[in-house]
Amino acid sequence: MDKNRFFFEHYGLAERDLERYLEAALSAGGDYADLYFEYLSSTSLMVDESMVKSASQGISAGCGVRVVSGERTGYAYTDDLSAERILRAARTAALIASAPAKTTVAGFQQKSARSLYPVTLPSVDAEITAKVELVMRADKAARAYDPRIKEVRASYADELRNILVVGSDGTFAEDSQPLARVNVSCIAKTEGNSARGGSGGGGRVALDFFFGDKTPEFFAKEAARQAVLQLDAREAPAGDMEVVLGPGWPGVLLHEAVGHGLEADFNRKKTSAFAGLIGKRVASEKCTVVDNGTMPWRRGSLNVDDEGEPTQETVLIEKGILKGYLSDKLSARLMGISDTGNGRRESYEHIPMPRMTNTYMLAGEDSPEDIIRSVKHGVYAVNFGGGQVDITNGKFVFSASEAYMIENGRITAPIKGATLIGNGPDVLTRVSMVGNDLKLDEGVGTCGKDGQAVPVGVGIPTIKIDRLTVGGTARKDPGGFMQ
Amino acid sequence: MPPTQVETRSPKIETDLRDLAQDIVRRAMNGGATAAECVVREGDEFSTLVRLGQVETLKESGSKSIGVRVFFGQRAASTYSSDFSSKGLDRMVKSALQLAKITSEDPFGGIPEASQLGSLSVDLDLYHEDVYSLPGPERIDYARRTEKAALDFDPRIKNSEGGSFDAATGHKVLANSHGFVGEYRRSYCSVAAVPIAQTEDGAMQRDYWFSVARTLKKLEAPEHVGKVAAERTLRRLGARKVKTAHVPVIFDPMVSSSILDHIFEGVNGDSVYRGASFLAGKLGQKIAGGNVNVIDDGTMPGGFGSSPFDGEGVPTRRTVVVDNGVLKSYLLNTYTAKKLGLHTTGNASRGLAGTPGIGPGNYFLVPGEKTPKQLISAVKDGLYVTEFLGHGANLVTGDYSRGASGLWIAGGEFVYPVEEITVAGNLKEMFFNISEIANDLEFRGSVASPTIRIDGLTVGGA
Repeated sequence: MDKNRFFFEHYGLAERDLERYLEAALSAGGDYADLYFEYLSSTSLMVDESMVKSASQGISAGCGVRVVSGERTGYAYTDDLSAERILRAARTAALIASAPAKTTVAGFQQKSARSLYPVTLPSVDAEITAKVELVMRADKAARAYDPRIKEVRASYADELRNILVVGSDGTFAEDSQPLARVNVSCIAKTEGNSARGGSGGGGRVALDFFFGDKTPEFFAKEAARQAVLQLDAREAPAGDMEVVLGPGWPGVLLHEAVGHGLEADFNRKKTSAFAGLIGKRVASEKCTVVDNGTMPWRRGSLNVDDEGEPTQETVLIEKGILKGYLSDKLSARLMGISDTGNGRRESYEHIPMPRMTNTYMLAGEDSPEDIIRSVKHGVYAVNFGGGQVDITNGKFVFSASEAYMIENGRITAPIKGATLIGNGPDVLTRVSMVGNDLKLDEGVGTCGKDGQAVPVGVGIPTIKIDRLTVGGTARKDPGGFMQ
Repeated sequence: MPPTQVETRSPKIETDLRDLAQDIVRRAMNGGATAAECVVREGDEFSTLVRLGQVETLKESGSKSIGVRVFFGQRAASTYSSDFSSKGLDRMVKSALQLAKITSEDPFGGIPEASQLGSLSVDLDLYHEDVYSLPGPERIDYARRTEKAALDFDPRIKNSEGGSFDAATGHKVLANSHGFVGEYRRSYCSVAAVPIAQTEDGAMQRDYWFSVARTLKKLEAPEHVGKVAAERTLRRLGARKVKTAHVPVIFDPMVSSSILDHIFEGVNGDSVYRGASFLAGKLGQKIAGGNVNVIDDGTMPGGFGSSPFDGEGVPTRRTVVVDNGVLKSYLLNTYTAKKLGLHTTGNASRGLAGTPGIGPGNYFLVPGEKTPKQLISAVKDGLYVTEFLGHGANLVTGDYSRGASGLWIAGGEFVYPVEEITVAGNLKEMFFNISEIANDLEFRGSVASPTIRIDGLTVGGA
């Protein structure tokens, strides 16, 4: 058994201790108990006005104890990893159950898992001066892009999360999860006009990632380009129209429109607009959507989820037909479906639940040029801010930060940021063209659910949606003055 | 950097957080820092969720963390830790001193002047032990009663995301090298329900309601909260889309507070000095209609945004932000005040790490005279917004576009629910177009606004 034994070495834990804690957790009965140990170290740097104004480092460690009894979950945590405190947390979590004690299994089994982010030197341990260089280079490149770029903020953040998950079913999983990102935000100003732009990226990578293709200059130029472009943006139109999404980050559409609605907890409780739609058509036959936690180096990837289960590729929608849900241990057991390895949590202070990893649509056969050419009057949206969904009525939004009008098959003027709104269970039925240019985002996504934030990825090829509501302000048809 | 072995014999050596914070400041100064500041936070939380009458989750825990910020002249850095062992604390201080060597000289950096520091001496009534006084089964019962009231209200309420009861207490200590040391405790409890209603054709709607207070005594009855949650959910059933229109829009207090949030972001010193706000440079100018008065007050007894001192140890205060439409003050911490040549307004917010940000005290729009009903009655054809989706406001340009749902108003009355629409405009004009402000100001958080009416917006639909 190849165990890296981080917590064994650093906290003097032994397997016998883990069994003892699990026994305390199941001292009042229950179907299952697990322990989640976490040791998180992080660094962040920020340059503003070309000065490194802020630098911080920190450590947070703790252990969460969960007891599951039927549909009930008891949870307690401690930031003190002494035996006494963990036992106290275990006995608190045990209050959820009220039955005779269960003895736990003796002996843990470690499932084989992938090694998706084998960094030799985690970035948290790398020289801080190299990180300072990254943010300073980003600042310089953004300012050099155009004299109208007046304000630049560049930041760098990384972390290394060591986890150990053990369960009363014999689960034993360890992982060391690096995460790093660079972000740049710019403000462009002219006489009487200002606009902002932003960009960033990273993944479960070491510092050398930012010295390869995805340099600070790459992100800085992209942020500056968006800011300058927005200076000339016109009012966006309002109402239903054809919408073309560019490849990459616009995949946030899938995350909001279908991803959340397919998380198993909402479907078990029948609170999702997608409940009971397995086997039904929820998208045009050109659409195949997957969630894939096994992509090397990706921000949304994990070797094992936060319940110790290896991640996998899960088909959500195949040629338009709804195939499955994203599940964790609790949902899998209660619904009688397989555990897809999507049980995630923000930290040891949180109860795990079904979450996405990297969610994307597979490439189709249309060329992006043909897709644009097919639109008479519509919007071409290539960059987005965040989005949100009400999983019960299915309504979702996502906000374009870079978009253009399409007039008679040609991309014309840039338009101001506008919110797009639609209905999850039917928006993909109106996808009439799917490009051959699947792209994943650069690695900046963070998803929030029930107050818990986890890193995720999205991706999509260029697609055409025949009708979607665009939330602009223009009073007259923008086609009239764009030509 | 391997973590230290944790002693298993005695759980805590330091029990007095005040002494601990001062000790950390001393260690940083002894290590060569020219100024230092330490924050210690301790908290307990309890939460329970009951769904369809059955307990679904029970969570109970406490945690403690510490952060230090050090200065070498005008270079600053910060570190934090959850490891309170002597070695762990030493490492935290040493790392901060190391890290400060790589940051830049910032002519405006530093902690507040000694003369600016202090803590309000009045009792702000922020802490009540009674939030934890209920025995376990009664806490669960609060959650159960809240959900039950919603489920029993109407047969169309067929499902639920549950009823909940939460309680928490927090203790915060701040010390710095000017000799300031202050501390306060705050308590919190809440009940909430999230019912789901269904039409005969299976279409579902969800909404919620809650009550939050610093003491159990002020918490609204679970039955009341559940009933309101049910009413709010039922009124969404059968929602339809409307055609794109330019009509008056009335903002329910649950969403009008978001307009206050945008004004807050706009007057936040951090965005002002960067020119990242369209309100930058507008001090003394009209930024809204003459009926608009906005106040920030961190000193209100029992307030959700009250504290005796801010994140840097400066006493909180009452600041008139907008007076009859004229921008009177930005909201500032020490750094942004120095950048702008102004004085701090005591709005520093401090997490464990990083430089202090800016946060509101109790931040509100001063109410008017009319009732919400009068506002609605005056609308011939318009939209009443109850919920926004997404975050489509750009403070640099003022551009505003958000997903919305609510109720359509015709002839001064609600006629049907609407959804899958957008509300768009520009904040620069929207602040001037707040044509009515109702009299129903109520704090359910640190930012609050009465019902308001805004004209000139685009409602985007089919």
